[in-house]
Amino acid sequence: MKRKDWYWNLLFVGPTVCIFSLVVLVPFVMGISYSFVSWDGIAANAKRFIGFTNYVSAMSDTRFIRSAVKTFIFTAGAVVLTNALGLIVALLVTSKMKLAGVVRTFYFMPYLIGGLILGYIWKFIFSDGFAIIGNVTGWKFIFFNWLLNPTFALFALIFVSTWQTAGYVMIIYISGIQTIPQDLIEAAEVDGAHGWKLFWHIKFPLIMPAFTISLFMTLSNSFKIFDTNLSLTAGGPSNATELFAMNIYNEIFLNGNYGYGQAKAVLFFIIVAIFTLAQVSITKKREVGL
Amino acid sequence: MSEKQAKVWLWIGSLLVFAVSLIHLSPLYLLAVNSFKTREELYENVLSLPKSLSFQYYQVAMERMNILTAIMNSFIITVVSTLLIILFSSMTAWVLARHEDRMWAKVIYMTFVATMLIPFQTLMMPLIQFFSQIQQTLGFQIIDTRQGLIFMYIGFGSAMSVFLYHGFVKSIPISLEEAGYIDGASPWTVFWRIVFPMLRPITNTVVILNVIWIWNDYLLPSLVLSSEHVKTIPLSTFSFFGQFTIQWNLAMAGLVMTILPVIIFYAVAQRNIIRGIADGAVK
Repeated sequence: MKRKDWYWNLLFVGPTVCIFSLVVLVPFVMGISYSFVSWDGIAANAKRFIGFTNYVSAMSDTRFIRSAVKTFIFTAGAVVLTNALGLIVALLVTSKMKLAGVVRTFYFMPYLIGGLILGYIWKFIFSDGFAIIGNVTGWKFIFFNWLLNPTFALFALIFVSTWQTAGYVMIIYISGIQTIPQDLIEAAEVDGAHGWKLFWHIKFPLIMPAFTISLFMTLSNSFKIFDTNLSLTAGGPSNATELFAMNIYNEIFLNGNYGYGQAKAVLFFIIVAIFTLAQVSITKKREVGL
Repeated sequence: MSEKQAKVWLWIGSLLVFAVSLIHLSPLYLLAVNSFKTREELYENVLSLPKSLSFQYYQVAMERMNILTAIMNSFIITVVSTLLIILFSSMTAWVLARHEDRMWAKVIYMTFVATMLIPFQTLMMPLIQFFSQIQQTLGFQIIDTRQGLIFMYIGFGSAMSVFLYHGFVKSIPISLEEAGYIDGASPWTVFWRIVFPMLRPITNTVVILNVIWIWNDYLLPSLVLSSEHVKTIPLSTFSFFGQFTIQWNLAMAGLVMTILPVIIFYAVAQRNIIRGIADGAVK
């Protein structure tokens, strides 16, 4: 009987673990070893072991550091705006408002369209679309080609990312708000809590779990953004919006520095891991139980 | 404020919010109207409705993007990958959750969860190297094939799916399964007859999350697939935009066709999609 159990467990767990190991674990370990070599990606050429040299070079690579800084700015902007917009809309559609269903449907929609395709749609709007609107209205201080200006191109990325994910975050907040018992809200209202007070002291602490999840999702997704970056700005103008993931991609596949690019990729993993774990443990502490 | 006044204000407020949500969707309006316009018409006024409904740009874009082949490929890859992810990860998660007190189950589960933090960019280069080597030495057709890409999706999708199923299995009572064993059923029968039907809500979530991800994914297929006949929608969109200097009306027509399947999917399965997303977030 005991022996037979083992066969069943193996049958149920085995295939997934095998495929998962081949696709995730083996490349992960290989990736760490690649990060210590110098290699141009051509199979016939030798991989030369150079220790931590790749990591040391990355620390003084100004283009890499600049892309890291840009990624932090982008992430901060996108996370704050996405969560603010998502939460506001979630509060509105869970209030007594009419047409709440339609509004929810509309806000969620962009999330289903892929980042690459969204980037192309907005590329049109920010470049030619804005130029045309600027000519027609004369408001050229705002309606000009954002993608040609290094600062505004980054704003454009933040804007598009917010537009795409606010609806997703809204769904998470809505389900968080719906778990708050109605009698608790009524009791607070009887005690004189209204508007901002009601939100800040009663609702907000109770939707902290939703907040934790939304922050986690938006933080790690913003940090790893690639598709929208590729289609909207392609890193331009002159590398001003080349974010982390794209810098790694370009180093490996365009510059052909496989070992060096992989070292950056490992650093990228470490940074993502530190930030997301720190964020989850900080916000978890602020959650309250009912 | 009288009750009537309050009602009027509620409607005014609601209509304002509704108007803002329309602005939120306006990029899709711009996309649709400009896909019908000629170049001159487009540069005259991007916001206006088209003067006539001509599908000529759609026809050209359709041919150049190989859109039907791309939709077919995206469809096959998304559906098969998602089905296999469901099959493998639900079985795995069930066994892992029911042996939670055992060391091996703990180690496997924690490994799945921990790897969820690894960004794809950390794995992409060694992944392609590894599978190219396998292809060369063992002769499996992996690179530039749909089945190879599907295999990778199962690997990348399993961690999150096992995680979601695992959490759900723990919330369902074990007594029904025990009754099944007493009746002499094998674990296989117990799982598919008793457990799997009870997993339906979380299966919905796993389907929705994987479909959205795989359908829209660009980077992994761009590294695996290169032949024209296996390209997915994001890949053919990318080469369409790279190949020609951007002729926006043509590009708009192409983009409309690429998002049409998504809009149909949303219209048909809206409730399931929104519930799936909401359930997936409660952890």
